[in-house]
Amino acid sequence: MDQLKHIGKSYTRSDAVNKVTGSAEYVDDIRLPRMLYAQCVRSPHAHAKILSVDTAAAWAMPGVRAVITGEEYPNRAGLYLEDRYFMAKAGDTAKYRGEAVAAVAAETPEIAQAACAAIRVEYEVLPAVTNAVEGMKADAPVIHPELGSYKVAPIFYPKPGTNISHHYVLRKGDFEVASFQADRVFTHKYYIPHVQHVPMEPHGCIARYDPDGKLTVWASCQSPYAVRQALSVAFGLPLHKIRVISQAVGGGFGAKAGTTLEGIVIPLARQCQGRPVKLVYSREDEFINAYVRQGMHATITTAMRADGKILGVHNEFIWDGGAYTEYGVNITKAGGWGSAGPYDIENVWTDSYCVYTNHPVGGPYRGFGMCEIHFAIEQNIDQIAHEMGLSEVEIRRINALCPGGHTGMGEKMDVAGYAECLEQVIRDIEYDVPSVQVSPTKIRAKGIAGGWKSPSMPTNAGSSAILRMNEDGTFFLMSSGQELGQGAATVLPQIAAEVLSVPPHMIAFVSGDTDHTPYEWQTVASRTTYCAGNACKLAAENLRDKLLDLAQIKMGAVKRDLELCDGYIVHKIYPERRIPMKDLALGITFDDGSGYGGPAIGVGTFTLENNINTDKKTGVATHHPAAFWTMGANGVEVEVDTETGHIKVLKMCSCFDAGKVINPALFCAQSEGAMVQALGTALFEELKLKDGKVLNPSFVDYKIPTADDMPELIPKFVEYAEPTGPYGARGAGEPLMVPGAPAIANAVFNAIGVRFTKMPITPEDVLNALKP
Amino acid sequence: MKYQIRFTLNGEEQELYVPANYTMLRVLRDELNFMGTKEGCGAGECGACTVIADGRPVNACIVLAPEMDGMSIETVEGLAKDGRLTPLQEAFVSHAALQCGFCTPGFLMSATALLRENPHPAREEIIRAISGNLCRCTGYVRIIEAIEDAARDNGQ
Repeated sequence: MDQLKHIGKSYTRSDAVNKVTGSAEYVDDIRLPRMLYAQCVRSPHAHAKILSVDTAAAWAMPGVRAVITGEEYPNRAGLYLEDRYFMAKAGDTAKYRGEAVAAVAAETPEIAQAACAAIRVEYEVLPAVTNAVEGMKADAPVIHPELGSYKVAPIFYPKPGTNISHHYVLRKGDFEVASFQADRVFTHKYYIPHVQHVPMEPHGCIARYDPDGKLTVWASCQSPYAVRQALSVAFGLPLHKIRVISQAVGGGFGAKAGTTLEGIVIPLARQCQGRPVKLVYSREDEFINAYVRQGMHATITTAMRADGKILGVHNEFIWDGGAYTEYGVNITKAGGWGSAGPYDIENVWTDSYCVYTNHPVGGPYRGFGMCEIHFAIEQNIDQIAHEMGLSEVEIRRINALCPGGHTGMGEKMDVAGYAECLEQVIRDIEYDVPSVQVSPTKIRAKGIAGGWKSPSMPTNAGSSAILRMNEDGTFFLMSSGQELGQGAATVLPQIAAEVLSVPPHMIAFVSGDTDHTPYEWQTVASRTTYCAGNACKLAAENLRDKLLDLAQIKMGAVKRDLELCDGYIVHKIYPERRIPMKDLALGITFDDGSGYGGPAIGVGTFTLENNINTDKKTGVATHHPAAFWTMGANGVEVEVDTETGHIKVLKMCSCFDAGKVINPALFCAQSEGAMVQALGTALFEELKLKDGKVLNPSFVDYKIPTADDMPELIPKFVEYAEPTGPYGARGAGEPLMVPGAPAIANAVFNAIGVRFTKMPITPEDVLNALKP
Repeated sequence: MKYQIRFTLNGEEQELYVPANYTMLRVLRDELNFMGTKEGCGAGECGACTVIADGRPVNACIVLAPEMDGMSIETVEGLAKDGRLTPLQEAFVSHAALQCGFCTPGFLMSATALLRENPHPAREEIIRAISGNLCRCTGYVRIIEAIEDAARDNGQ
């Protein structure tokens, strides 16, 4: 490949100046004329039949412009399993504590709130399911009695009459034979609680219905096209009558994937035609009524040969999906896909169950199941090593998935950088050198863990991009790959810039408007650099092709001899023969005045070829169901205070195989953020649930890491090109978070000899464990 | 009942009549359309609404509007002058010390107040100054490095 000019360079963020001046516009910053404000009435019960909803008193209040109940929702909607209305209906049940049962739009937020307080709802309280394992039992209350009639994507298998909305099955090889041949068999159990994403910007939405039937929605969402689709299904609206606009998004981490509060605002807006209606979540709403990361119970049984080779694993994952699992079913599947971890294991059996409970709605969270399963997988490996007298490093070296090896699903891997990443973090954390002890009551030790992730997206998920050249040689790159903070608005133009051989600052990135920027399935799954990046690259190549076609005529040269170079079209053999690219922006004008071939516009569409579903019965891959697998490892050092129980993470080292890093500074920034986010889940974060109630919906009671918790961070990468990625890139934003929590748990074990199989590992847990 | 309040906002005199239960944040955003100051929690816990009031960083969401009377208030909109970023803003840009950007104005105001008070803070002092500002994206390291970088530019 020729020398790369713009790929691999740490260009500054294209959105930085607006963000440091307070000019970036988020949904709550939008002020529209005659805007109304919405509030919701929410169920105070985890599970209850709604007998009646009386809105008369609310309607009677001055300043109230619309009041809605579940009656407004004709159809269920959902991404993979259409199991939810956006509001619970009278006669049906409210399925979690906090579910919307009515909503109001009024002239001020205060009037809306007062009107909500005036709405009377009669409930008949029902027994609730507050534990997924209990929820699987035959005598558990059934939360979705109509499950059998729900529309579902054909790769998911709900069990009507139960709370199981998906049972994922993987049967590669024969685990029973492996355990018969094994020298030792181990079974270990783990529990991962619910956590919340905590984007700093709470969810917000504004909707306006114009008299001609056009609905415009401003949403702080990751995926405007997915929102548009869900609204279309839920309200029976044609897609060309819905316009979803997503401007600056203040962090998503999955919480703003799919659709959340948008559906509540639409019927209010319909009743107030011409007047925009705004709903912004409070922080408390954010903790309860946005998505949460599902809780998960894991049991791993491992068949080991005496030399440390893993002969087989049998995993059971039970996911606490919450009240609706339209999205959770796919996390359950993803957990199955990744269930072997980045290891080459011949016999892999996995049962992964998505279970309805009367808990807040589970949804995608950075890692999409991988952070949860690896807290189990990577502690399991350390435990086995310890119990068999092997080193934690050696057991990983023996089993690491290497090029030519096979994934748990049976895909043959041509590229796999896991082993090298592992060696890098072992060097960076100096794993072979014992920690220097500074105090008899502050015990220091190191830990390692690996991890991997693939996008668990529909195999036909599509991306598209349009590249427009302006008369002065600048460009607009239009894509709906959203900037969530991860750097899409910087990285995607860099990819187009490389093809066009122009500086990235000449390319303005335009996104987030379903009427104007082209289709993108979703900005999730660490797929944007890869999928949207491929579409942007193809659009740039398409434009380049068209420019060279015109240049042939203009320059009297053959296309194969021409190339783009620093804003010019240059003859490769006679480089003095060159014309500025911008001269072709509007095509060519001949001497007689006639024009030809303009204006210059490139189109790129990307759907991964031959991305084929797994075998229905066994879950085994016949080809490549996953677009790519991103692998890496963390090494950490912790200090455990045996008097206070406090754990301080001193250092975290990360190394991942990102294929080709488009922007190293932004990659490292992602890596640092991911490590600290993992640290939060390992040590502090848990959505405390009691009888379906969230007990800690505030920053006082739900701690996330602050600057004071930040360890020394060493982000690194290796680059083994992804064959189908743009310039070899594969996604990294989520995988980077995966090994952090188990690496910390492993380090804590190495410090004090106590294995914590549940996170977070709190000072109280440590002190209880150390009690004589 | 409404209270008359007079204060300066980024150096300009303001006079308003506001209900007693309004917060400074609501006055800035809803009455004056200064949208750079963000609401992340409404309870003084996240620091997204940090502004500088009479030289000190405060959470605008827990200051009542009548208290603004007589104050000198600075928001993120007041940092850059004539389109020129401050050295701290420049450092945030060059260090990629922001991702989603929602917490960024709050961090800038906390750090601006710190650097005025203490032009050459030690790392621990920087961490203390921003410990009331939450960021979910960056892991904080680049924010701290950007503040250190801006402090270096303060000269000796």
